[in-house]
Amino acid sequence: MIIKQTLLASAVGAFAFMASTATADTLRMGVEGAYPPFSQKEADGSLSGFDIEIALALCEELKRECELVEQEWDGMIPALIARKYDAIVASMSITEDRKKRVDFTEKYYDTPSRFIAKEDADFDMTAEGSKGLKIGVLRGTTLQCHVEKAFPDADLRLYNTQEDVFADLVAGRLDLQLNNTLQAIDGFLNTDQGQGFAFYGENIDDPECLGEGTGIAVRKGDALADELTAAIAAIRANGTYAAINDKYFDVDIYGK
Amino acid sequence: MESERSFYEYLQSFSETRSPIDFVLIYDNLPRFFDGALVTLQLTFLALLVGGLIAVPLAIARAYRKPFLSPAIRVYTYVFCGTPLLVQVYLFYFGLGQFTAVQESFLWDPILSNPWWCVIIAFTLNTAAYTTEFLRGAIEATPHGEVEAAKACGMSPFTRMRLVVLPNAFRRALPAYSNEVIFTLHGSVIASTVTLQDLLGVGRWLNGRYYLAYEGFLTAMVFYMAIVFLITFVFRMAEKRFLGHLRPREAPAPGSARVAA
Repeated sequence: MIIKQTLLASAVGAFAFMASTATADTLRMGVEGAYPPFSQKEADGSLSGFDIEIALALCEELKRECELVEQEWDGMIPALIARKYDAIVASMSITEDRKKRVDFTEKYYDTPSRFIAKEDADFDMTAEGSKGLKIGVLRGTTLQCHVEKAFPDADLRLYNTQEDVFADLVAGRLDLQLNNTLQAIDGFLNTDQGQGFAFYGENIDDPECLGEGTGIAVRKGDALADELTAAIAAIRANGTYAAINDKYFDVDIYGK
Repeated sequence: MESERSFYEYLQSFSETRSPIDFVLIYDNLPRFFDGALVTLQLTFLALLVGGLIAVPLAIARAYRKPFLSPAIRVYTYVFCGTPLLVQVYLFYFGLGQFTAVQESFLWDPILSNPWWCVIIAFTLNTAAYTTEFLRGAIEATPHGEVEAAKACGMSPFTRMRLVVLPNAFRRALPAYSNEVIFTLHGSVIASTVTLQDLLGVGRWLNGRYYLAYEGFLTAMVFYMAIVFLITFVFRMAEKRFLGHLRPREAPAPGSARVAA
C-alpha cells in the first residue's frame, strides 16, 4: 500500500513537472513533419508547411501561445488522448471511425485522393483483378481503410511516413501508391524523384472511409473544438487563410 | 457453438461497459496475430539457423588467429555488433534500393526488392556477428588439458575439433546463446518498419486501422511473452541435459536406499 502511494505521488510529481514547462495558456498543437507541402522539416530542423502555418495562425487568432509538438503519423490520435498535445493540425480527414476516438472541428480544407503509378502503367483495378498488386499507403490513414475495403486481395504495404512510400514507389517495390492529390503533386510529381510517374485512375470516391474533409482533432468533449472552428472561420474571413493558401497552392484548397 | 456465442457477447458487453481496452477488436483479429507470430518466428529462427552455421567457421578462424582471415572477420563483427540493427536493416532496404545500378542488377528481383529478403539478410549477418564473438570466447576457453589428452589419443586436428573442442565450446556458450535467441526475437520487431506484417506489424496495423493506442501493442506483447517463455523453457531443458555436470550435487538423505543396497 505504501509503495502504491509513493508511486502515485511520484507520478503526480512527474505530471506537475511536465505541466510546469508550459504555461496554462499555451496551446500545444500536434503536427507531423514528413508530408510536404503540408508539413515538412527544413534543413535546420524547423517545421514549415501549410498545416504548420495554419496552426500558428489559429493560435494567434485565439491569442494563445503556440507550441508545436512533432509526432509520427500512426501515433497521432493516441498521443492526443495521452495529452501530449491539445489539438492535431496534420491534414487529418474527418471520418466516422476517428470520431469514435476524438472530436473534430469543421473542415479547414478538402482535397481529393488519387492513385499514382508509372506513367505507362496499366492495371486491372477491379476487386478481383487487383489481387497481388503492391499498393503502398501511410499507416493509419483513411486510405488504408479504402484500400482494404476496395482491394481486399491486394498486397497492401503500410509505411511510417509518406516519404518512405514515395521512396519505395521509385525503387520499384510498389505498383501503386495512394494519397492526397495536392500532397502528391508538390511532394512528389513536381520533384526530380517523381519524373516518369503520373496519376492513375480517377479521384477516389469513398465517403465512408475518406470522410468529409480535413479537420482539427481534439480530445472528446473538449470545448477547444468550437473555439478552433470559430478561429478557422475568422482566418477565412480576414484573409490570413488566403495568404497562407496562396503561398503553397494555385487553387483555394478549402473546397466549397 | 452456443457457449462460444455467449462468450463473444460477454466480451462485447465487457469491452463496452467496463474496460478501456476493446477486447472484441482483438478477438476478431486474432487470426492475423497468429499469422504475424508465424512471420516473427520464421524471421527469427531462420536468421538464427543460417547465422549460427556461418558463425562456427568464423569463430574457429578467430579463435585460432588465422592470419588475414581473423582481422577481416573482426572488422565484420565489429561493424555489425557496433551498429544498431535498425540502421543495418535501413541500409539494406532503403539504402541499396536508391541506386539504379542495384535496381537493374540480378540481385534486385527477387532478392533486394523484397522486404522479407532485406530483413532476413540483415538479421542473419547481425546474429552471425554476435554468435561468432561469443563462440570464439567459448573455444578459447577450452582447457589446455583436454586438447593435450586428445592429442595423446592420436586424434587429428579435425577430429579434435569435432569431438572435443566444439562440443564443449557449445556447452559453455549455451547460456549466452539463450540471450542471443531472445535478443534476436526482440530485434525482429524492426521488420515492421519496412512494411512486413510481423507480430508488431499486425499490432500497428490494428492500431492504425481503428485509431487505437494500446490494443495492438498489448496483444503483440502477450504473444512475444508466450514465445519468450517457450524459448527459456527449451533452454532450461537443454542446460539441464548438457550442463548437468555443473549442477550442485544433491546430497543423499541419511539412511537412504543407496546405503541399504
